[in-house]
Amino acid sequence: MLQVRDLRKSYSGIEVVRGVQFSVAAGECYGLLGPNGAGKTTTLRCCLGLTASDAGTIRLAGLPVPGAARAARARTGVCPQFDNLDPDFTVAENLIVYGRYFGIPKRIMVERLPRLLEFAGLEDKAGARLDTLSGGMKRRLTLARALVNDPQIVFLDEPTTGLDPQARHLIWNRLKSLTSSGRTLILTTHFMDEAERLCDRVGIMDRGNLIAEDTPRQLIRSRIEPHVVEVYGEGVHDWARAAARRHAQRVEMTGETAFCYCLDPAPLLESLQERGALRALSRAANLEDVFIKLTGRDIRD
Amino acid sequence: MIERLGLRFLYVVDRNFLVWRKLVIASLVGNMADPMIYLVGLGFGLGSFMPPIAGMRYINFLAAGMLCYSAMNSATFEALYSAFSRLKIQRTWEGILHAPMTAADVVVGEWVWAALKATLSGAAMLLAMYLLGIVHGLRPLAVMPVVLLIGLSFASLGLVTTAIANSYDFFIFYFTLLITPMMFVSGVFYPRNALPVAVQRIAAVLPLAHGADLARGLTLGLPMAHPLTDLMVLGGYAVGGLALAIRLIGRRLLK
Repeated sequence: MLQVRDLRKSYSGIEVVRGVQFSVAAGECYGLLGPNGAGKTTTLRCCLGLTASDAGTIRLAGLPVPGAARAARARTGVCPQFDNLDPDFTVAENLIVYGRYFGIPKRIMVERLPRLLEFAGLEDKAGARLDTLSGGMKRRLTLARALVNDPQIVFLDEPTTGLDPQARHLIWNRLKSLTSSGRTLILTTHFMDEAERLCDRVGIMDRGNLIAEDTPRQLIRSRIEPHVVEVYGEGVHDWARAAARRHAQRVEMTGETAFCYCLDPAPLLESLQERGALRALSRAANLEDVFIKLTGRDIRD
Repeated sequence: MIERLGLRFLYVVDRNFLVWRKLVIASLVGNMADPMIYLVGLGFGLGSFMPPIAGMRYINFLAAGMLCYSAMNSATFEALYSAFSRLKIQRTWEGILHAPMTAADVVVGEWVWAALKATLSGAAMLLAMYLLGIVHGLRPLAVMPVVLLIGLSFASLGLVTTAIANSYDFFIFYFTLLITPMMFVSGVFYPRNALPVAVQRIAAVLPLAHGADLARGLTLGLPMAHPLTDLMVLGGYAVGGLALAIRLIGRRLLK
């Protein structure tokens, strides 16, 4: 569905995408992860033919981009990061007018409307003004709008950023129904739990490079120790410096918490029994731990 | 069909029309009532102190100027404030580009739409001229294609300005430094030959003066000195400005 080869893009001398290469098979849900400024959004824009790359080849839905970008976009859906619904239109009008840009006549859009509204969970909001919708409803409407042309592949740029947990779960549920209907999804996200839950495969980008790519489970298995013990409380700094390494393969301090990455957490937890002031949370390693290990703990702005 | 003929910009025109239809009352008041109030106020009020100009009542002279002024204003407002909110505030154009549409489709659509609004304002002024007995018969209708052309040229200038604007505040420069002086040097309110020669020379390279000359000729039957030049200047602004706007807005949206 999507093949990207050796993609490069610079802005005023700074290379923000440096030879990125990945492909996404039909029916797959692929997650592009990375800190701010990693080059995710630029990569997506290049894939859609909205940004001209400096080098590399892209095929989207079987068509070369940017050469046949217009035709490729006709087969693609896009759910952008920022709300760009039309505030002057009702819910239904937003869908109908957007369908027109794909050359879909109003008559056909009116036929498709009930299914799109049902998908968005907005059946009783067809005539509602946009400013009466919640953030979650707007995001669902944006998602439904990305489906007006019945696309085989859908791009989602941070689909749940800014939503409350209930609204996020509803979006996840909708995205799952898209993959089970055989559509290909490509999403960027900051939320590792989201990627772990939804994506068949993820690619982690950092500073313009794709630095790791695999299934979430395989990344966790191969890239990091299986257990994490988070230790916090009075004296944690001294403990981390003096004692932590005896039982953990790696230790990282972030603020007042020591993250101890272990093959076996038992000896570490046992040793903590004697330190009453320290508290510990033991858990299995997850995708976020992998992400942090690969991209570092520094803040990117 | 529309796709094959390269007329996708019509979808953008259609989108704007659908929005306009919802806000039609406010839009009509803003675009039409406003210049008519000026026409009646200045035409009768100020006109009562004025000697005839070129052998006609002041209000007649003014009306043809106001016809151009209202077309200019409508196209300018649409291409600045409305277009800018679709570019930056509402991100409407960004959404449209995610469909199989290009920046040129969007810009041409906005250009045509702004010119259509200008044409509507001009038509309302012409109707007022008929009702006030300033014009008679069918011949004055020949001014409508010129009104459309005025609309297209100011839509182009406006879209170029929008392409480089970062906020609404930027438009104050455009109005204060270009549109307002142009209105006073282009013969909207009084004949240009009342102005110093240097100012007349500046007016001669601006689109509004050419529109005003054509409009007076076509509605009031005044002799037109160089109608072909007038049309070419207006057309030059329209086409040249459009090409520049497509380039600048394309660069901004597709960076």
